[in-house]
Amino acid sequence: MRVTVIAIESLTKRYPRVTALDRLTVGITPGVTGLVGANGAGKSTLIKILLGLAPATEGGATVLGLDVAREGSAIRERVGYMPEHDCLPPDVSATEFVVHMARMSGLPTTSARERTADTLRHVGLYEERYRPMGGYSTGMKQRVKLAQALVHDPQLVLLDEPTNGLDPVGRDEMLALIRRVHTDFGISVLVTSHLLGELERTCDHVVVIDGGKLLRASSTADFTKSTPSLAVEVTDTDTHPDGTEALRAALVAAGLSAQAPGAAGAPGAGHLLMVDATDESAYDTVRDTVTELGLGLVRMEQRRHRISEVFDSQQPLTASGAEPARPDAARPLQTQKGGGGDVA
Amino acid sequence: MSPEPQAPRSAPESGTAPGPSALTKQAPGAGARGENVIHNIGYRNYDGPRLGRSYARASLFEQSLRGAYGLGRSAKSKVLPMILFAVMCVPAAIVVAVTVFTKAKEMPVEYSSYVIQMQPVIGIYIAAMAPQAVSLDLRFRVVPLYFSRPIRRGDYVAAKYAALSAAIFVFTATSVVILYVGALLAKLDFGDQTKDFALGLVCCLVFSVLHAGIGLAAAAATPRRGFGVAAIIAVLTIPYMLISALQAIVSTQGETSAVGWLGLGSPGSLIDGLQSKLLGGRNAFPLGVELTNAQASAYVALIALLIAGTYALLLRRYRKAGL
Repeated sequence: MRVTVIAIESLTKRYPRVTALDRLTVGITPGVTGLVGANGAGKSTLIKILLGLAPATEGGATVLGLDVAREGSAIRERVGYMPEHDCLPPDVSATEFVVHMARMSGLPTTSARERTADTLRHVGLYEERYRPMGGYSTGMKQRVKLAQALVHDPQLVLLDEPTNGLDPVGRDEMLALIRRVHTDFGISVLVTSHLLGELERTCDHVVVIDGGKLLRASSTADFTKSTPSLAVEVTDTDTHPDGTEALRAALVAAGLSAQAPGAAGAPGAGHLLMVDATDESAYDTVRDTVTELGLGLVRMEQRRHRISEVFDSQQPLTASGAEPARPDAARPLQTQKGGGGDVA
Repeated sequence: MSPEPQAPRSAPESGTAPGPSALTKQAPGAGARGENVIHNIGYRNYDGPRLGRSYARASLFEQSLRGAYGLGRSAKSKVLPMILFAVMCVPAAIVVAVTVFTKAKEMPVEYSSYVIQMQPVIGIYIAAMAPQAVSLDLRFRVVPLYFSRPIRRGDYVAAKYAALSAAIFVFTATSVVILYVGALLAKLDFGDQTKDFALGLVCCLVFSVLHAGIGLAAAAATPRRGFGVAAIIAVLTIPYMLISALQAIVSTQGETSAVGWLGLGSPGSLIDGLQSKLLGGRNAFPLGVELTNAQASAYVALIALLIAGTYALLLRRYRKAGL
C-alpha cells in the first residue's frame, strides 16, 4: 500500500515572466492528500502538468507510474479532474452531461449510463438530475462536477478547490464526500485548497507549496500530533478575582505548562487557559487544582494542535533561512492562517 | 494500488445525502419487510473496457451532431433547428408534388440549384448552430474538461468540424433526397436523375464542409453566442450581396469574364459558380454566365484553401484553451 501515486522529481515550470514551479520534488501516496498554497503558488500549474497538458521546463513527474510527458492520454483515462471554475452547460441535464463525460473517458454507452446513475446517487443527486443544470444551486453544481470526475472510476482524482463558493453546511457535506471517495470508493484524492482548516479534517497528508517551492510535506497526524492540549475555562470568585490567572499560577506550581490567556496559539483567548497534557495525570491535576482554588469549572476540553499553528513556527524559519531573497515569502501563508481559523 | 475491499456497506450515504437518502439507508433487517425496498449496494468499481481516444473523439462527434438538432438538450434548443429543417424541406416537397401532378418532363429545379436557392435558410441554420457547437463550450468552460480526458486539441477540432459539416450535410441533403424520390415517383429518367442526384450530393458536401469551417472559425473567435450569430450572418450575407451587386454592374457593361472572377469573392457565389460549372446546376450569376476552365480551377483551389485555412485557424484558436 506504500506505492507512490504521484512522483514529482525536481519539476520546474517557467513562463516567460514567472517561474510557476521551482525544482519541486515530492511523492504522494494513496489516500487523501491536501495541496495547500496561496493563489499563484503553482497549484493549477502543477495539476496541468500532472494531466499531461503542459510540458515541464525541467524535471518530470509520473502519475500512477505513467510519465506525464509521454503518456498524457493514458493518464487522463485513469485520472478524474474536477476544475475549480464552473464547467457545466446550463441547458443540459446532469444525467446527459455525466453520461457524455463518461463516454469522453472511453466508457461504452451502456456502462456510461449505469455508472452515471450510480455516481450521481453517490454524490447525492436524485430526481433533480433530469433537470437542466442551469437551475441548480452551487452545492448541486459542485456535486455534478465531482460526479463527472468520478464517473469513469479513476484510480486518482484531482479536485481543484472543491469547496469554493459553498456555505458551511455545503462545505462540510463536500468534505465528508471527499473523505468517502477514498474510504468507500478506494480512489486516491489530491485536493487543493487555501483553507488549512479544511484539509486538517479531510486529508491524510498535506503538501504545502509556496512560490512554486515545496514548503512542507508530511502526514496530517505529524502536523497535529505533538502533545494534546487542554482548554480549561474557569469562573472568577471573590477570593480569586481573576480565576484564570490564579489557576495558571497554581498549575505552573504543580509542574504543568499552562499558557496565559491571549498568548499565541490559544484560539478564542478570553478566559481560556491552554494546558499541555503530557500524560493522563494532567487531567486529575487540573481537576484537583480547580477544586482546591474553589473555582467553578466551566469547561475542560481536548484540543489538538492545528496545522496553522505549525506554520507559525515554520514561517520565521523559511523566511529568514531558506529564502533570504524573498522576505515576503511567508506572507501568503499568514493570510491563509486566518482563513483556516474561520472553518476550524 | 489496490482499492479497499468493497464489503457490503449498509449506510455509506449517511451525512452526505439530503432527504432522499432515507430511502436507501436501510436499517439492518428492514429488507425483509417488503418488496419495495431500495438496496444500497455501495460503490462498485468499473472493470469493463476503456475504449480510449478514438472512441472519445467519436463520442464527441456524435454528441455535437445530435446537439446541432437540439437532441439531448432542452426542449427550447430543439425549436429553431426543427423549424428551419421543416422550412428547408417543405419547398422540396411542394416541387415534388407539382412535378408529379403536372406530369412534367423534368424537375422545375436542379438538385444543386435548390441548395443554392435555399441559402438564406441554410445561412440562418449555420448562424444558429455553429455558435451552439463551440461557443457554449467556451463560454461555460467545458473545453478544459474535455482536455482533461484522453482526447487532444486536434481531436476536439476534428470532431467539432466533422459534426457541424455532417449536420449541415444532413440539413441540405435531406431536401435533395426528397427531390430525388419525387423525380423517381414522377417517372423521370432514372439514369439522368441518379447522376444529377449524385452530383447534387457532392454539391451539398462541398457546401457543408466549406460553410462549417467558416461558421466554426467565426463562432470560436468569441465565447459570446450572440456575437457569433451576428458574425456568421455578416460573413455569409454581406460579401454575397456585395459581389452580386458588383457582378450585376459589370455584366451590364458586357464584361462576362469579370463576372466569373468576381464570384470568387464570397462563399455563396463560390459554391454557386462551382455547382453550375461542375455539378450540373444553373447559377444565379447575371446573364447566366458560365465559368471558364481557368476560373473553375481557381474556384476549386480557393474552396480547398478556405477549408484548410479555417481548420488551421480553429487549431490555433484552441492552442491556448487548455485548463
